[in-house]
Amino acid sequence: MSALRTAVIGVGQTRHVVARHDVSIAGLVREAAEEALVDANMDWADIDAVVIGKAPDMFEGVVMPELYLADALGAVGKPMLRVHTAGSVGGSTAIVAAKLVMAGIHERVLTVAFEKQSESNATWGLTVEMPFSSPLVAGAGGYFAPLIRAYIRRSGAPTHIGHLVAVKDRLNALHNPKAHLHLPDIDLATVAESFLLWEPLRYLDVCPSSDGAMALVIGSEQVAKNATGPVAWIHGTAMRSEPTMFAGRDQVNPLAGRKCAADVYAQAGIKDPRKDFDCAEVYVPFSWYEPMWLENLGFCAEGDGWKLTEQGATAMDGDIPWNPSGGVLSSNPIGASGMIRFGEAAQQVRGRAGDYQVPLHTGLALGHAYGGGSQFFSMWVVGASQPQ
Amino acid sequence: MTAPLMQHHILEYPGGYTRSVGPAVGRYLSGLRDGHIVGVTGSDGRVLVPPTGYDPVTAATLEDYVPVGPAGTVTAFTWVNQPRPGKHHLTHPFAFALVRPDGSDTAMLHVVDAGSPDAMSIGMRVAPRWAPARRGYVTDLEAWVPLADGETPVPAPPNTNEDVSTEPVTGIVTPISLAYDINAGVAASKYLRALSEKRIVGQRAKGSDDVYVPPRGTDPTTGAPTEIEVEVGQVGTVTTYCVVNIPGLSENSPEIPYVCAQILLDGAHTAWFGLVQGLPADEVRMGVRVRAVWADDPGPDARSIKWFEPTGEPDAPYDDYKAYA
Repeated sequence: MSALRTAVIGVGQTRHVVARHDVSIAGLVREAAEEALVDANMDWADIDAVVIGKAPDMFEGVVMPELYLADALGAVGKPMLRVHTAGSVGGSTAIVAAKLVMAGIHERVLTVAFEKQSESNATWGLTVEMPFSSPLVAGAGGYFAPLIRAYIRRSGAPTHIGHLVAVKDRLNALHNPKAHLHLPDIDLATVAESFLLWEPLRYLDVCPSSDGAMALVIGSEQVAKNATGPVAWIHGTAMRSEPTMFAGRDQVNPLAGRKCAADVYAQAGIKDPRKDFDCAEVYVPFSWYEPMWLENLGFCAEGDGWKLTEQGATAMDGDIPWNPSGGVLSSNPIGASGMIRFGEAAQQVRGRAGDYQVPLHTGLALGHAYGGGSQFFSMWVVGASQPQ
Repeated sequence: MTAPLMQHHILEYPGGYTRSVGPAVGRYLSGLRDGHIVGVTGSDGRVLVPPTGYDPVTAATLEDYVPVGPAGTVTAFTWVNQPRPGKHHLTHPFAFALVRPDGSDTAMLHVVDAGSPDAMSIGMRVAPRWAPARRGYVTDLEAWVPLADGETPVPAPPNTNEDVSTEPVTGIVTPISLAYDINAGVAASKYLRALSEKRIVGQRAKGSDDVYVPPRGTDPTTGAPTEIEVEVGQVGTVTTYCVVNIPGLSENSPEIPYVCAQILLDGAHTAWFGLVQGLPADEVRMGVRVRAVWADDPGPDARSIKWFEPTGEPDAPYDDYKAYA
C-alpha cells in the first residue's frame, strides 16, 4: 500500500506577538488560513476538509475549539478534525491532514494550528497542581533543565553552547518579519547576563510566549500540478511516541525520536541528513535542544552535537542551517510551533523564504516537532522536486 | 484500606481567562453595555444574533451589523428549579430559553425570569430586563421577562457603572472552574498510604526487576500489571537537577531559589522529582547522596516527604547512575 503523491500548495501565518488583543481565537486562525488560501490561489469553497491542532485546552480554557472555529475556517458542511499531541501537535496535525490526501480521501485539505497564550499563562497550564502531589516542577523549563544538565555532563559540552544557539536563532529571526522576537542587539554577553530562570537555563535561552497561528493547504498530485506557484512535495512523514517515564528510558536522547527520524529518512531516501538536507526547521524551545536534537536526529554521532553548533555548521552560512526562520526560540505559539517548523521547511524548498532563504542544492528540508516530556515526535521531509 | 483514595479538587486558573473577543462579539457586548441588542446580516440575508464574524454558509467575513429587538419570542425553553450559586446568575428558579429577538432569524440562548414554569410557553413574548450597572458582558441583559399584549419593552436605564469605558469592548475575563473528585487509583493509593507510615513502596511486574516509584499499576514497557510491592530505600542519588528561580503559581510552591532534583532511590529503577535542601543551591551536584526528610504528621500525600537532605556519604560515581540521568 503506497501513499499518493501529496504537496504543500499554500502556506500562511500570522505575525507572532506576545498578545493579540484585537482578535478572538477565531480571528487569529482566520488570518493564517486566509493567507494560505491566497498563497494556494484557492477560496473557501475549494477546501474539502479542515484539520486543526492546538496544545492543551487549559491554555485558553476553550474545550473542543474545533466546534467553535467551524465558521471561521469555512468548515460548515465539511469534515473537521482536531489533533492533540501536546507540543508536537503542529507537526502531527499537518501529518494527519497530509494523510487524508495521501490516502486519496480528499483533494485539498486546510490545516491550521494555533495558540493564543495571552488568554492565560502557559507555566500554569503545563504544571497545574493536583491532589496527592507536590508542586515542584515549575513550567516546561523546570522539567527540561535537569535533562539539559544531564546532556552537558554526558557530552562534556562547554557551558556557552546554549548561548550560541540563543544568539544565532535570534539573529536569524531579524530576517523573518513574522517572528515574534526581534532582538538586533543580542550577543553572547547579553544572553550570559540574562536572568537565571531554571539554572542552567537563562532567560534568553528560553522561547517566548506568543499568540499566533500557522496554516497550510495540502493538495493531491493533480492539485499540485495545476498550482499557480511552486509547491513543496512531501517525501515522507513519521510520528512516534513513548511513555514519559519507564525504567531504562533515555530522556536526553529519546528512542522515539531516533526511530521517528530513521523512519522518515528511509521514506525520503535520506542517508546522511547533514549532507542530504539544505536546511532543517527543528523544535528547539530551549537553546540546548539544538545540540541535543542534532544527535537525536542523526546529524552527527552521539556526543558531537555541541561541536556542530560551536563550529557554526548550523548557522545561516554553515553547511546545514538549523532554524533559518529564527525557530521556536523566536516565536512560540505552542500549538502552532510544530506546524511553523513544517511550513517553514516547505517555504525553503519552494524558494519562498524571503530574506532567510537558504541556497537549494538537494532541494530537501526537514520539519520537526516534539512534545510532552520529549515523548511525542512528528517529522516530515519536503522537497522541491516530486518524489521518485 | 484497599479502596482507592479520593480527593475533591477544583481546577481553576487564578483570576480567570482573559478572553479577547474580536470585532463581532465585541460589537455585541458593546451593544449590551449600551442597552441594545446587535445582530449581523449574513450572505443569505438572514439576521444572526449574537452576531458571528464569519458567514456560516460562505465563510465570508460579516460586518453588516443591525439593531434587533428589543422584544423577542421564546422558541424553546427548559425550567431550572434549583439554581446553583456560582453557576447561574439568577438565584431563584428560572427558564433557560432560546429567544428570537424581533428582526432576527436566529434565537439566542439566555434566561427568562418568569416566576413559575406555568408562565412559560413556546411563542410567548418577552422583553429584556437590563442590569442597572453594565460592563460589556452577556449578563448586562440580566434576564428576559414576559411581555403582556399591548405592553412595550422598558428601555435600558442609564448605566450606573461609572468605571466602564464607552470605547468598544475588546475583551472579557471568564472565570472557569471544574470541580471533581480525583481518584488516585489502586496502585498509587498503596504507595500514598505507605507514605503515611514513613515508608516508600514501589511496585514491579512479575518477571521484571524494574521497580516503579511511584507505581502507576502497570509496567509501561510491557503493560503488565505491577502486582508485586517492593519497599525501596529512603536514601538515593541525585541524578540531575535544576535550580528554580521563578516562583510557582501555587501557594504550596517552595520559596525560590530551590533545587528540584531527579532522585534515584536505592532499589528503584526510575528517578522521581524531589526538593533538595540542607546544602546551598550552588553546592548541589549530580551524584550527591540524599535521604528523605519526613513531615511531622505524614499522610497519604507526596508532601509527606518534605524534602531530601544530604547524607554526608561520598558522592555516587557517575557510572552508577548515568543510565538514569
